[in-house]
Amino acid sequence: MTQPIIQFDKVVKRFGDVTVLNQLDFNVQRGEKVTIIGPSGCGKSTVLRILMTLEGIDSGVIHVAGKPLWHQYRNGSLAPADEDHLREMRKEMGMVFQQFNLFPHMTVRRNVTEAPIHVLGLSRDEANERAEHYLDLVGLSDQADKFPRQLSGGQQQRVAIARALAMKPNIMLFDEPTSALDPELVGEVLNVIQRLAGEHDLTMLLVTHEMQFAKQISDRVCFFHAGRVLEEGPPEQVLTDPRESRTREFLKAFIHPA
Amino acid sequence: MLLGIEWNTANDWAFALSILPILLKGLVVTVQATVVGFGIAAVLGLVLAALKASPLRLISWPARIVTEFIRDTPLLAQLFFLYYVLPEYGIVLPAFLTGALALGLQYSAYTSEVYRAGIESVARGQTDAARALDLSALRTFRVIILPQAIPRIIPALGNYLVSIMKDVPVLSVVSVLEMLNVAKIIGDRTFNYLIPLSMVGGLYLIMTLFASAGVRYLDMRLPKQGLPLR
Repeated sequence: MTQPIIQFDKVVKRFGDVTVLNQLDFNVQRGEKVTIIGPSGCGKSTVLRILMTLEGIDSGVIHVAGKPLWHQYRNGSLAPADEDHLREMRKEMGMVFQQFNLFPHMTVRRNVTEAPIHVLGLSRDEANERAEHYLDLVGLSDQADKFPRQLSGGQQQRVAIARALAMKPNIMLFDEPTSALDPELVGEVLNVIQRLAGEHDLTMLLVTHEMQFAKQISDRVCFFHAGRVLEEGPPEQVLTDPRESRTREFLKAFIHPA
Repeated sequence: MLLGIEWNTANDWAFALSILPILLKGLVVTVQATVVGFGIAAVLGLVLAALKASPLRLISWPARIVTEFIRDTPLLAQLFFLYYVLPEYGIVLPAFLTGALALGLQYSAYTSEVYRAGIESVARGQTDAARALDLSALRTFRVIILPQAIPRIIPALGNYLVSIMKDVPVLSVVSVLEMLNVAKIIGDRTFNYLIPLSMVGGLYLIMTLFASAGVRYLDMRLPKQGLPLR
């Protein structure tokens, strides 16, 4: 196998006294679709937030696309990364948030074109064309002139996906993308994500509680517990026939919620 | 006679009518000082707020100390300092400018706190999303944070606008001919304080009511989600 596109080496992350990631080793191959499951507080969202450089790490090293994420080489040794390096590394990734986090004062089109114009340096026409393409992909090309509040939650999340894709990232991070949605709106968002999963080159990292969906789209499912990967493997195995008792308990609570 | 206008002391009504143009000249100065002072406070406050928000202590701490110092010393002391001490170092400003500057400085400390609160009220997810899209810190502040913070800031800024207007009479101690000072001089010369001072009170009331109504109108008109960016 080639070098992983994402590589966590003994990564530690603490919030105050709480150790969220405990010497985490975790790899993702290029093009792989990986789902992270686990109880709340197990560090699964933190993994995505650290990758997106929204949270720093306390120790360990992360490599993304062969380059250290939170470090850079200075005089041959690893030193903490500066903002320029982080900005460069962020180009590899796009992120979709639980709360959508669309910019409420911008139209849908402006939400999608803002970063391509002002980060990638596209002309307004090029950016609009690109926005059209990705809004079409998520089935919302007719909503470009609306403001986010005029859309349903499901539509807002699809715009957020288009916004992230418009930066053409190699890695897409989905942080519980359907958890804030009304049940009847979950399907339309999952459909879009499923279509993306068909793209061979796109690496996807998904944190979700939609077990059925995880089974359909993932190459691999990782069960996080106490800041480490407790169990991982093909979705059929982890989700239906887990080896670890903790995984079984977690999944049981999901199928038969108390 | 004051400011080239004679007064008529025949009776109270004639007197009131004759000094109104003089008071209005003072009112113009009051409005000018308010506008210039508020302009300084609005811009400098934003700068101070941005500096205080800096992750670098070397930048945020001096800004904090300056804010605290300005807030915790009397406006009058600052005014005297600017008016009497600066000229010793070769900086001579006209009385009006010195006064407006003192007002602006004092209120920039207050407005910077308003800006800070407004900026912090913008949801954390907005900066997360901007960072995930790799927008620069400056652009994030300018087109993501500020347009959403401003509608929440307007009411508080409006209160300070009214406050500044009411603090303008302090400038009379450095001989600025603002409205209250004019009224006092008229009183000194005619031994009738009741009428000019009452008129100043009435004119102030009209001005502040207008200013408050204007702020309320703005507050109602501004979209709560932020200033729309097409």
